Amino acid sequence: MKSKYLGYIGFVLGCIILLPVSSFAQAIATAAPAAAAVVPAPFISAGNTAWMLVATALVMLMTIPGLALFYGGLVRNKNILNVLMQCFILLAVISLEWVAFGYSNAFGASTGFLAPYIGGFDWAFLKGIGISDVSPYYISQATERIPHLVFIMFQCMFAVITPALIIGAYAERMKFRGFLIFSLLWSVFVYNPIAHWVWSADGWLFKLGALDFAGGTVVHINAGIAALVTAIMLGKRKLPKGQHITPPHNIPFVVIGAALLWFGWFGFNAGSGLAADGLAASAFLVTHIAAAAAALSWVLLDWFHNKKPTIVGISTGAVAGLVAITPAAGFVDVSGAIIIGLLVSVMCFFMVSVVKRKLGYDDSLDAFGVHGIGGIWGAIATGLFATPLIQSAYSGTFYGNPKQLGIQIVAVLATLIYSGILTAIIFKIVDKTLGMRATEEEEVTGLDLTQHDEIAYNEAD
Amino acid sequence: MKKIEAIVRKSRFEEVREALHEADIDFLSWWEVKGQGTAKQGLIFRGISYDVNSVARIFISFVVRDINFDKSVNAILKSAFTGESGDGRIFVTQIEQSIRIRTGDKGDESLYDVK
Repeated sequence: MKSKYLGYIGFVLGCIILLPVSSFAQAIATAAPAAAAVVPAPFISAGNTAWMLVATALVMLMTIPGLALFYGGLVRNKNILNVLMQCFILLAVISLEWVAFGYSNAFGASTGFLAPYIGGFDWAFLKGIGISDVSPYYISQATERIPHLVFIMFQCMFAVITPALIIGAYAERMKFRGFLIFSLLWSVFVYNPIAHWVWSADGWLFKLGALDFAGGTVVHINAGIAALVTAIMLGKRKLPKGQHITPPHNIPFVVIGAALLWFGWFGFNAGSGLAADGLAASAFLVTHIAAAAAALSWVLLDWFHNKKPTIVGISTGAVAGLVAITPAAGFVDVSGAIIIGLLVSVMCFFMVSVVKRKLGYDDSLDAFGVHGIGGIWGAIATGLFATPLIQSAYSGTFYGNPKQLGIQIVAVLATLIYSGILTAIIFKIVDKTLGMRATEEEEVTGLDLTQHDEIAYNEAD
Repeated sequence: MKKIEAIVRKSRFEEVREALHEADIDFLSWWEVKGQGTAKQGLIFRGISYDVNSVARIFISFVVRDINFDKSVNAILKSAFTGESGDGRIFVTQIEQSIRIRTGDKGDESLYDVK
């Protein structure tokens, strides 16, 4: 057993050693021009706006149908509609929450001691935000910006997909109403504050210098630890004696879902620069390369470890690679992306095939194993591989800034602790009031029929 | 008249059908079934190998005249055989009566087309 693992770990390490790190370094960086004395007033750039509208739509595609099909194919055929419904209704509910007060809480300003932790209600119901207002947020293009409304919509899609990622942990055994209230409360009390910490101009992790380009901590670690907590608190599914795996009921759906996630992730990562420029191109490139490296390394592990390359394996590997590159997308070059991608599959593979089984919790679709572990590795890797060739202001440990690694670890731990504790509290409250766990009868019959009175696969004719 | 029911491997089904055709059996029903036995089907999910609790087989059922019985059974025995565990079973039942709905023919005559 041990020697099998040593074999593939050796293989991956070999790949890395052979990588001539510098040969991939991109020549896109130029010295930042000396700051002009007069800063021109920001305006709305048509080009940047066009790209960000598309990027926003791409991120929506990740939740439905991307994630919905990825998860929906992995569950048994009596539960797919429940998973699709959970993803679909989150798009509706969280979007409304977002314009009501979520955006204001996450990206707005507040006063006093709460300012670094949560935004206020100044922008509740998007009060005072007009169609010609420029976005107060920008990354690389301080002058040529996008409309504030586009930034709100783009971030809305992130707020939607994060609670949807948690579905993977409690799939096949959660009451629908419990799920709905839990997800709404989780968005309000966990997602919005953490988005504020990391991305708001007042956020304490932002000020500390934590790097998270597109949501490694805010989205993936956050959802990942919440997934682990809910999986443990909800308990295991009722499976036949001795069985600990349920075969995916529709693997083509898993593949379509993973492919749509990959496609949508270009909007997620390359859109997070909030402009159509070289930084977006670089984020696009490293996103793609990390996903490719992770897909390949997972399928090679499959091949060594189980003698066959599997399609669920390559799909899972691609998603793990996309998760890991997310925080790093605007900071690393191709060599960093390849290492991040190759290694994330080793970690996630080990987590889902060995550690999960040993620990015995039932994370149905490996939301923690892929998003939690992949996200933590991505956040730490950002602190290691961030290179000033991409954004001159940011570098990681391997590029002469050892401090960055510590800051990244602080961001990871803060997210794990806050999200973990708050998730447990929200779970307890909803469990005591509405109930979270489906009854045994509902679980065995299937959530499609018992929660929705619908069946996915009706008999033909 | 006898009813012959057989559970055979999916991988041998086409051969069984061909052999029965050669034994003059042109009417038969079959369906895909899941069951359990000594045969195991291994699968892989995210790095974990596991056995599914069921194996897939084809269940064949048809009724023959007594004169066709032996060659029908022999056809199945030959065509469904691989020698590995999991080749299946043949079950035989006595049939009391058979009636063709279109013509009202009874007994042996209802079981084949008169050319």
